[in-house]
Amino acid sequence: MPAVQETVERVKRIDVDQYRYGFETLIESEKAPKGLSEEIVKFISQKKNEPAWMLQWRLEAYRRWLTMQEPTWARVDYPKIDFQDLYYYAAPKPKKTVTSLDEIDPEILKTYEKLGIPLREVAMLEGVEPKVGEEDPARRKIAVDAVFDSVSVATTFKAELKKAGVIFMPISEAIREHPELVQKYLGSVVPTSDNFYATLNSAVFSDGSFVYVPPGVRCPMELSTYFRINERNTGQFERTLIIADKGSYVSYLEGCTAPQRDENQLHAAVVELVALDDAEIKYSTVQNWYPGNSEGKGGIYNFVTKRGDCRGANSKISWTQVETGSAITWKYPSCILRGDNSRGEFYSIAISNGFQQVDSGTKMIHLGKNTSSRIISKGIAAGKSQNTYRGLVTAHRKALGARNFTACDSLLIGDKCGAHTVPYIEAKNSSATFEHEATTSKISEDVLFYCIQRGLSQEEAVGLVVNGFVKDVLQQLPMEFAVEAQKLISISLEGSVG
Amino acid sequence: MNVAVAKTGNGRAVSDLFASAEGRLPGSPGVAALRREAFETYERLGLPHRRIEEWKYTDLRALVGEVLPLAAAPDAAALKRAAEAVTAHAIAGARKLVLVDGVFAADLSDVKALASEVSIKTLREVLADEANPAAGDLLRTAATDAVISLNAAVATDGVVVSVADGTHLSAPIQLIHIATAAGASAFTRSHLRIGKGVRATLVETFVAAGKASGYQVNDAVILWIGDDADVAHIRLMDDAPDAVNVSSHFVTVGAAVKFNFFNMTTGAAVSRLQGFITLSGEGSELSANGVNLLQKTEHGDTTLVVDHAVPNCVSRETFRAVIDDRAHSVFQGRIIVRPDAQKTDGKMMTRALLLSDEAEADNKPELEIFADDVSCGHGATAGALDDSLLFYLKARGLPEKQAQALLIQAFVGEAIEQIADDDLREHVIGIAERWLERRS
Repeated sequence: MPAVQETVERVKRIDVDQYRYGFETLIESEKAPKGLSEEIVKFISQKKNEPAWMLQWRLEAYRRWLTMQEPTWARVDYPKIDFQDLYYYAAPKPKKTVTSLDEIDPEILKTYEKLGIPLREVAMLEGVEPKVGEEDPARRKIAVDAVFDSVSVATTFKAELKKAGVIFMPISEAIREHPELVQKYLGSVVPTSDNFYATLNSAVFSDGSFVYVPPGVRCPMELSTYFRINERNTGQFERTLIIADKGSYVSYLEGCTAPQRDENQLHAAVVELVALDDAEIKYSTVQNWYPGNSEGKGGIYNFVTKRGDCRGANSKISWTQVETGSAITWKYPSCILRGDNSRGEFYSIAISNGFQQVDSGTKMIHLGKNTSSRIISKGIAAGKSQNTYRGLVTAHRKALGARNFTACDSLLIGDKCGAHTVPYIEAKNSSATFEHEATTSKISEDVLFYCIQRGLSQEEAVGLVVNGFVKDVLQQLPMEFAVEAQKLISISLEGSVG
Repeated sequence: MNVAVAKTGNGRAVSDLFASAEGRLPGSPGVAALRREAFETYERLGLPHRRIEEWKYTDLRALVGEVLPLAAAPDAAALKRAAEAVTAHAIAGARKLVLVDGVFAADLSDVKALASEVSIKTLREVLADEANPAAGDLLRTAATDAVISLNAAVATDGVVVSVADGTHLSAPIQLIHIATAAGASAFTRSHLRIGKGVRATLVETFVAAGKASGYQVNDAVILWIGDDADVAHIRLMDDAPDAVNVSSHFVTVGAAVKFNFFNMTTGAAVSRLQGFITLSGEGSELSANGVNLLQKTEHGDTTLVVDHAVPNCVSRETFRAVIDDRAHSVFQGRIIVRPDAQKTDGKMMTRALLLSDEAEADNKPELEIFADDVSCGHGATAGALDDSLLFYLKARGLPEKQAQALLIQAFVGEAIEQIADDDLREHVIGIAERWLERRS
């Protein structure tokens, strides 16, 4: 397999404990004062030129948040977060009004270049991009919305998308330009009262992406958002809202990175998906926030609420995630299967190494008739990490003919890590059919021996086995991401064997 | 937990219960102090509710509401009714130890026949023995929660059995819990210490005598199994349809032991069996199985925590639930593999069969693994009877109910088959058959 060989070479070049995206971009930024208060919420809202209803919405969330308590049920352990010691708003300082990509701070553009984000669509459109080679005819166009600290800095391919009727813009702009859509759907899947972090996000979210695909439209390209936390002591709170109207289709990719820092940084995002009749949303994430160093210092706290609502009949929402980063991950992308015959899917690879702690999984809530769901989760724990799958499958009394299949497998590399499985399976009517299976094991000695005997090093052999272990999920990723994800997996496991 | 939630009207009712019962609870002054401490723990926690993770699906505050006053010691009439129940539920050939309304009934028990092979005392006499400094240990357990604390606080009686090393018991020991009173509660606690190389079969039976109804049972069993022992433990819970049964088992398994546990729930409006099994010696094999047969509005919860504390042990769990009408079955199984418990082989399979559209099955099979060289897995399914199988049987002339009964029998059979003893297995199959007859 050429891809694997490539992976192995890449791993060789990289030293243990090297986070590829750990650089910092030195640009001037504008920050709100530290701490959280009604004034800060008002400040953010004002900065964004928001209408009064939006400010009201935020303030209600903020007041509710004050009454809530941090959840403690997950299997993660971290010092108490001082929510007053964070910056809730940081934006690259505007030099002047940005009208085109060229006017964006070149430092930021360089950052994204380093990250490999194809922001320079202009060049591509003009046909000056280098020939990729004939073996790559499937190379598709990807529209990118790049979010730097709290602010969306560039959205590409806007014009082409507009032609198709697709709205893809920073949510701050959508609030101003499409208030009727935002007002109708924002908070309709994850209400402001949902949970501690979602409520906090509702109060202080600064930007994120907004997608609306009109009825019957198949979005002509992959949409993508790249999130980057740059500033020190900032929390990133982005909010994504995707609406697929009747009979439409959209595929959305999300990637995340952050500089290497000794302090822990907070990331509390909310993603809401709404699929109406016959619509389909495919949401893929490659999460590679800074995981902390080999002593467990620093890293991102990733407390994310992601939920999709299959509101219409025959709708489908599919989550695919590759989780390799963050010091702590706390996220459960869920599907509410409300429409009859709707379908939810969750494919996940969660890799933890070093001192990382992952508590992730999904919820499949069957409400409509003949709804089906599928969960494939692969957890890999190495180093001194703890990796937990936590998932809920529930069929409501009226969810006749609900079907679920769940397979969650865990792989342990080393004897200092832990892998845990906590599924909740609730059948409330007899026509629901649920199947769940889970296994935990280490890489078989026989398999390793076989590979090593054929000339692979220990590390190469492990890479090969791991890639085979996660193949079911990798296949679900859009091609561009699949290659990237495969490399990431190898890098994440670097230093875990031998 | 939010302490404010714990203070309910029920909490106060229980305080009164303890105050009125304290005088008649057996125990030396040291034991009394322990009881008070346990009761304070209970008072602080209150009855478990859904916000407590382990009790998420069995919210005793909603299901039970209050703890009933302690049952009075059985009078002659009660003992007479109990005797009839003993005759009806005794397993042929087994030696009986009978507890009536939470009090040991020597006259109904086979103390003499047992005395030749094992040592038997009652919890009451051990606790009251002021010369025994270790008496208080009987009220301590490795894990605790509100119901376990309450049991330690007000347990009235139980048996303390010890089987010497190398003994091969010639007959099963059957511990029969009988309720004769209505609207009262019985708190019992039994200790069984099985020596090295022992072969023993224990059967526990929970039944109501005559028309006893609306009662509550809170039982605890603490079982130690010595190295190289081969022990079967079968628990049959068939309490009155409106009774409550909450039982906690603590089992510590030594090295190279074979331990086979089976639980069958066919009665009680609300029941929970929570078993905490610790494999503390290498090379042991555990088989823990259960069947819940539930109907009407019954709520049956089986929670098993298997803790692999040492390397090289094997555990197997097979659980089946058949749920009819508006009944609710809960299975929570957790396999824990401690950091050094390499070469652990743990498997757990739980399946629920829903016979009615209003039935509910909640499964929570957990794996908690801290060692890498292990092979652990679990499976869980929930669903209705297979239509094509039903059709096959009906096409061959079987009436609907009979065809269903046949399939249900096969379904629960997989768990019942794990019982090694032929006679006991037949006895359990008999209970399942009677349940199916009751259904049709």
